[in-house]
Amino acid sequence: MSVLIDKKTRLIVQGITGREGTFHAKQAQAYGTNVVGGVTPGKGGTTHEGWPVFNTVADAVRETGANASVIFVPPPGGADAVMEAAEAGLPLVVCITEGIPTIDMLRAMAFLKGTPTRLIGPNCPGLISAGRAKAGIIPGHICKEGRVGIVSKSGTLTYEAIHQLTGLGLGETTCIGIGGDPLIGTSFIDALTLFAADPETEAVVLIGEIGGSAEEEAAAFIKASFKKPVIGFIAGQTAPPGRRMGHAGAIIAGGKGTAAEKMQALSDAGVRVVKSPADIGRAAADALRAA
Amino acid sequence: MKIHEYQAKAILARFGVPVPKGEVAFTADEARAAAERLGGGLVVVKAQIHAGGRGKGGGVKVAKSADEARDIARQMLGMRLVTYQTGPAGRIVTRVLVEQGLKMTRELYLGLVIDRSTQRVVVMVSPDGGVEIEKVAADTPDRIFKAFVHPTLGLQPFEARRLAFALGLPGDQAGKAAKLMLSVYQAFVATDASLVEINPLVTTADGDVLALDAKINFDDNALYRHPDLKELRDLGEEEPLEIEASKFSLNYIKLDGTIGCMVNGAGLAMATMDIIKLAGGEPANFLDVGGGANADQIKNAFRILMSDKGVQAVLINIFGGILRCDVLAAGVIAAVTDLGVRVPIVIRMEGTNVELGKQMLRESGLNFTTADSMGEAAEKVVKLSSPAMRQ
Repeated sequence: MSVLIDKKTRLIVQGITGREGTFHAKQAQAYGTNVVGGVTPGKGGTTHEGWPVFNTVADAVRETGANASVIFVPPPGGADAVMEAAEAGLPLVVCITEGIPTIDMLRAMAFLKGTPTRLIGPNCPGLISAGRAKAGIIPGHICKEGRVGIVSKSGTLTYEAIHQLTGLGLGETTCIGIGGDPLIGTSFIDALTLFAADPETEAVVLIGEIGGSAEEEAAAFIKASFKKPVIGFIAGQTAPPGRRMGHAGAIIAGGKGTAAEKMQALSDAGVRVVKSPADIGRAAADALRAA
Repeated sequence: MKIHEYQAKAILARFGVPVPKGEVAFTADEARAAAERLGGGLVVVKAQIHAGGRGKGGGVKVAKSADEARDIARQMLGMRLVTYQTGPAGRIVTRVLVEQGLKMTRELYLGLVIDRSTQRVVVMVSPDGGVEIEKVAADTPDRIFKAFVHPTLGLQPFEARRLAFALGLPGDQAGKAAKLMLSVYQAFVATDASLVEINPLVTTADGDVLALDAKINFDDNALYRHPDLKELRDLGEEEPLEIEASKFSLNYIKLDGTIGCMVNGAGLAMATMDIIKLAGGEPANFLDVGGGANADQIKNAFRILMSDKGVQAVLINIFGGILRCDVLAAGVIAAVTDLGVRVPIVIRMEGTNVELGKQMLRESGLNFTTADSMGEAAEKVVKLSSPAMRQ
């Protein structure tokens, strides 16, 4: 098993005729994902690289039976694309777009309330179920079907963790990049809840970073009710306060949101917190041996 | 993006927020003329830098006459103002705000930010204005009152009134404060702000409620739709290397260490800084070259990285996934050759054709060291950066 996506996923790509959309649609298909079409307003009725293109998400869902979407549209239309996908009733929407204005996401998140849609991202690498399917930009060839789930705010740091788990032969179930923006659709807690119900996931790697309090909230959740071993790493232990470290959400503001606080909270919750990003894989191996 | 107090007040005033009368001045004579126009009586001269804590550092002074305002401005302009927010280097003052003096009766606090947990704008007030709100939050959290605003309906008058009464304001002042809060909320949303802070918000002997100080930060991701606000950027407040980097979509932040870093992705870039520190070194910078990492990007990144004279060694950590390492290696070799980079460079890369890439680096005759993992790369670069090792 895996979470959120697998061989039954029927994926559409919003922004499929763009450079990024085209490239990653092909990559997803090459990985074995069932990519059923795409959406580019104004190009409905045409085909692109063999895929049918639709003007609206609703059209695409009706014609292809899609049950998931991945969004590669430029930032000014990002929040709009999320809402359109939700309105079309898609249960899973993955928004890769980086740079969506926060006020736009504030409204989009309000729009999503009460719909059955789960949003992953924005400003994320998407997700991959090793050996099954992917929606996003995580490279498939570094993954190996296995035992560990990953939930992370970062893109390339997720690749690093996957690389270590694969190298040690542990492999992954599903890797979820939840995104580095202040407002995101799926939290650490949401992802942990999914992993708790997945029998194949034996342990979870949680990768956080400075800013906000999502890691502290995850720590409280883990302490109260998460039974599987968790390995934690927090990026930004050496980040200066008051500076935005690349991601819109990665900032220590008013002395809050430091790596030290987050590491302490996770550690207090029984998480195996590693100081070095090079130790993520080894700590996962230790945790699985001890379990 | 940050702006100055006088710019923030001008924006708030446009949305109907009462602010003291005042003018910005770039010279002592301009300050004198501004004080004249304000009536020639008591004025306050405030140094304009992008940092708080200006009063304690000598950046806010009262003048009893226009001549005194000129003298104070003369002292302030060009001075290096150090506050708890600027760091030891401080900031050079290039402009002052000359403002009418007020008879304050109370100093309150008003702040608006995006609350990540509730995914709403939160309006916060406190009767304890004029001090750092972080201190109030830590010591007396019960003296902060909040309203979490509905994202599409906006701040409602009853919510603003509840906050105003929580401040202990009498009837008509509470009405004025509530109206002010509604205006500030309008300004927050209309300008795509990420933070608006009025500290202090004051009441006066005449019964008025005004923003005596104002700070606005804007959401960088939304600046594309606010060309007028973009104009307010003061490059004098920013690190020159960071300005240069931003021209090439490079995310660079200068730090004080000796090991330059070049990484793709913000999280991995932070983690690379962390692992350098764990290996006993100090990172010279944060640098995210983005997903592409093509030859041009790498050359620009090297140029900016090497402009920092403190850099004694460089660590390149690229996890490409689908990126071709031979292309990356060619880009690095070209950049190092063209720019005449002499310091040792440790490269750790992952992607397709990684072995070919490493071979190209080895055979280039340049000062490259390759590493197979992040940990190995950090240890190697720290060793190579210590002057003893390089002799």
